[in-house]
Amino acid sequence: MNIIVCIKRVPQTAEAEVKVDSSGKDIEKDRLIFDTNESDTYALEEAVLQKEKFGGSITVITVGDEDSEETLRIALAKGADEAIRIKVEDLDELDGFKTAQILHKIIKDMDFDIIFTGCLATDDAYSQVGTTLAKLLEIPHASLVTKIELSENSADAYRELEGGLLEHLKIKLPALFTIQTGINVPRYASLIAIRRAARKELNEISKTEFGEMKSNSFIEELFTPPVSKLAEILSGNPDEVSEKLTGIIKEKGLI
Amino acid sequence: MNDIFVLIEHRQGVIRDITFELLAFGRNLANKNNAKLTAIIFADNSKKIIDKIKTQADKITVIENPIFKDFNAESYQIALAEIIKKENPFITLIGHTAFGMDLCSSLATELKIPFTTDCLDVEINGKKLSVTRQMYDGKLNVKLQLQENDSYLVSLRAGTFPAEDGNLNAEIEKIESPISAEPDYRKFIEYIEVVAGEVDITKSDVVIGIGRGIKEKDNLDIIDEFADAIGGVVGCSRPIVDAEWLPKDRQIGSSGKTIKPKLYIAIGISGAFQHVMGMKSADTIIAINKDPNAPIFNEADYGIVDDLFKVIPVLKNKILEAKA
Repeated sequence: MNIIVCIKRVPQTAEAEVKVDSSGKDIEKDRLIFDTNESDTYALEEAVLQKEKFGGSITVITVGDEDSEETLRIALAKGADEAIRIKVEDLDELDGFKTAQILHKIIKDMDFDIIFTGCLATDDAYSQVGTTLAKLLEIPHASLVTKIELSENSADAYRELEGGLLEHLKIKLPALFTIQTGINVPRYASLIAIRRAARKELNEISKTEFGEMKSNSFIEELFTPPVSKLAEILSGNPDEVSEKLTGIIKEKGLI
Repeated sequence: MNDIFVLIEHRQGVIRDITFELLAFGRNLANKNNAKLTAIIFADNSKKIIDKIKTQADKITVIENPIFKDFNAESYQIALAEIIKKENPFITLIGHTAFGMDLCSSLATELKIPFTTDCLDVEINGKKLSVTRQMYDGKLNVKLQLQENDSYLVSLRAGTFPAEDGNLNAEIEKIESPISAEPDYRKFIEYIEVVAGEVDITKSDVVIGIGRGIKEKDNLDIIDEFADAIGGVVGCSRPIVDAEWLPKDRQIGSSGKTIKPKLYIAIGISGAFQHVMGMKSADTIIAINKDPNAPIFNEADYGIVDDLFKVIPVLKNKILEAKA
């Protein structure tokens, strides 16, 4: 089983304050922590689990700037065999469609059975790259996969639908699967593995080798979402706010 | 202007809510831009669906075939691409749902038309199209201009637009399916229901929801004690299920359960829209989170901005005192 995993380095914004920068088209990045995109870590773990079962090799690919090397090295430490960075220094001009086209240019000449991607990048939140890439490569896909069983020429893929319902599909390989979080429990890289990965060579390819590619869209402006409703914030120390809240709950007849 | 297309979504014989949201949004967009709204139905039997939506579109195009009984993104993609190529609608609207996410990008890529996903608004300006969508875990909105074209494809976020009654009388057109069999490289097998656990969070008047903020599995004890004190059950947002701290049937949100309790207390939950979709109908919503900018405070009636580990034990005691 030769597996390609597409990963991306993203700012961790779920619990951080995110501010628009002076251009109005990007965010202030200097105080944000960057790490591998969440669902990509599950995609990589799934590849490692399948490799442990069936053998073969894992190639991780990212489209990113120099800082993305760290993301690739963590993937190598977790069990990837090869790592490729498609060098892009101006990440802001990438939308999901353009990223997929760049990935297509390199993957189309590679030998693989399966491609895993995350189902969503938490920064631009398109959920486009995997399914677009599958179409460009003219291979079948399934998105939002939370369980996968591989056999020689096909996969039983289970997609997560609304309400927790699963859609069971049979898909011929080679195929692409976008992986939903929760499909497995991603491992941590050991210190020894991280040290070993630090010495590994990364393959680097310049995006300019692929010629010009079109974006689907251009950012006009970024802005803070309008607030339609805001909670009444109770003020005070834990004792005071608990007192107030208990009063409210009691008044509403909920206890 | 050329037509606005809306793809009808249904599952296991039931029209999905997103369908009515798309139709209402599409109608408003059509009115504003002097266009016609066409609903596209793929189904094995379309009668019931037509009856429910015929006042909501100018035209309904029906493609009936046994292969469309259940959703298959590949079958839909091949057939819908043929229809869009022939009719050249100005814009095709699809739900940003599990079905739509599997279909949208590959369909637009096949058609070589500009597309974008998970939109909160769409604006037409002559031949230009711009959309509003969210980035960075919902912390920011972005206005995007799409590459100018004759035809666009956009997916819209579920639960964003209110459904509205219509007063149209749709012309019905039945057309032959461009394909007669499911592609052999992707076969739909079956739907599998989520296994029910011992606690049904949809049946409780009081639900305590926990998220990333609880940090460690061992901290569940503090929450369980609090839930016992107030007489509620414990549900959670996605990360807690992903970490396997609670079973899947406790997940509140679009890919989990939708709850409508009298009281919902969100503890350490930031409030991603997927979670909000599952709890926004609660009568009273309380949020406890140390991040004052957490989107959950835009949904809650009351909020406490503080460390949950400082507040919850005190709150538990106050609740017990009040009950005594």
